[in-house]
Amino acid sequence: MRFVLNGKRADVDAAPLKRLLDVLREDCGLAGTKEGCGEGECGACTVLVDGAPVNSCLVPFAHVRGRKVTTIEGLRSRLPEALVREGGTQCGICTPGIVMAAAALGPRPSAACVREALAGNLCRCTGYAGIVRALAGRRAAPHPRVRAARGPRPVAPGRPKRTRRS
Amino acid sequence: MATAFSRLPLLQPRSLDEALRLLRDEGPLVPLAGCTDLYVDFHFGTVGGRRFLDLQGLGTLRGIRRRGNTLVIGALATYAELIASPLVRRRLPILAEASRWVGSPQIQNRGTLGGNVANASPAGDTLPVLAVAEATVVLRRVDGERRVPFGSFYTGYRRTVMRPDELIVSIEVPPVEGRQWFRKVGTRAAQAISKVVMAAVRAPHPRIALGSVAPTVVRVPRTEAVLAGGGSLAEAQAVLVDEIQPIDDLRSTAAYRRRVSANLLAQFWSETGRKR
Repeated sequence: MRFVLNGKRADVDAAPLKRLLDVLREDCGLAGTKEGCGEGECGACTVLVDGAPVNSCLVPFAHVRGRKVTTIEGLRSRLPEALVREGGTQCGICTPGIVMAAAALGPRPSAACVREALAGNLCRCTGYAGIVRALAGRRAAPHPRVRAARGPRPVAPGRPKRTRRS
Repeated sequence: MATAFSRLPLLQPRSLDEALRLLRDEGPLVPLAGCTDLYVDFHFGTVGGRRFLDLQGLGTLRGIRRRGNTLVIGALATYAELIASPLVRRRLPILAEASRWVGSPQIQNRGTLGGNVANASPAGDTLPVLAVAEATVVLRRVDGERRVPFGSFYTGYRRTVMRPDELIVSIEVPPVEGRQWFRKVGTRAAQAISKVVMAAVRAPHPRIALGSVAPTVVRVPRTEAVLAGGGSLAEAQAVLVDEIQPIDDLRSTAAYRRRVSANLLAQFWSETGRKR
């Protein structure tokens, strides 16, 4: 089956219901995409399909026929350096998924945007402050640690304002 | 587990007619679209079959459009598409809002409205919205189409009126008069299954629907009647906690759900009662 993998044409023979995650790791030799929970809760396996982040553990291979798949190996981004600089990565299992989920954001996103974009990415090491610092627009804040500690009231990820008008 | 699953057959029709013929002649088949429930169900051993029908190739099930005064949402519309749709945001903003509360951006990019309806979970986040909007579920089979009012679509816990040879093609939403309101209460904002989810419309006859408080999503007509008849909020709350049938389960308790449902009713009533 043909699709575009990290900008190059690919033709892979795999079962249609095989998870995209397994096709990437086993058939394409791209082990940068990690398996965490295997049920769409943790976001470690996030890749882009036609530019949109998805959990590759929940995507049957058949669904990427003719589509563009981007993995951490194919991403040209400075986000990983920013994560290292701000203490946004420790054990590293969640990091490729964090980077891919954030890659879909526009330039200089607000902290609230970052939190919502990463609402489906769990990290059990960092406590998220370093991650949000690394990915939010104002990277050059003078005292990032103090800012994070006092910070604005944490915005619950994915929580929109309630609609009050019809 | 995933490896065993990957070897199961997947039929991939190119048209709706072909899909419906396969459902009739080659069944039983489990239709799949966004697959956000499918792989999880497989892990838990709760997948309803061993052979699958892929709906992703069916272009006629896509799209969000207006037909006359009716909002027509294709069964394959994803939560992300519902969130981004100007038509949905204008006509039924609480559907866009409910979609933002589903899972995570990754899930919203894959999960579909038709899947949320067909999966028939009592906790489905969009279902109270469709209930108060008095939507219609459009079902197709080889020899015809039928339109089922949302209020009579569910017959019990994870049970619907759908026959094995039918597919949901679209959800139709008539104009909704009045101020719309939605709130989901879960353990956390993202990636949480609802403890209680409520949608409501403030109108001369208010409409109120809740999820996760009964075997199916429910409208609460007795509570609505109290408010429509000019009864007090306290009276309506007393009726509401009697009208729903929540249970204790791994996410919450019946007592908590009753309390929170009454609190949500109060919040709906006070927030929509303010002058604009």
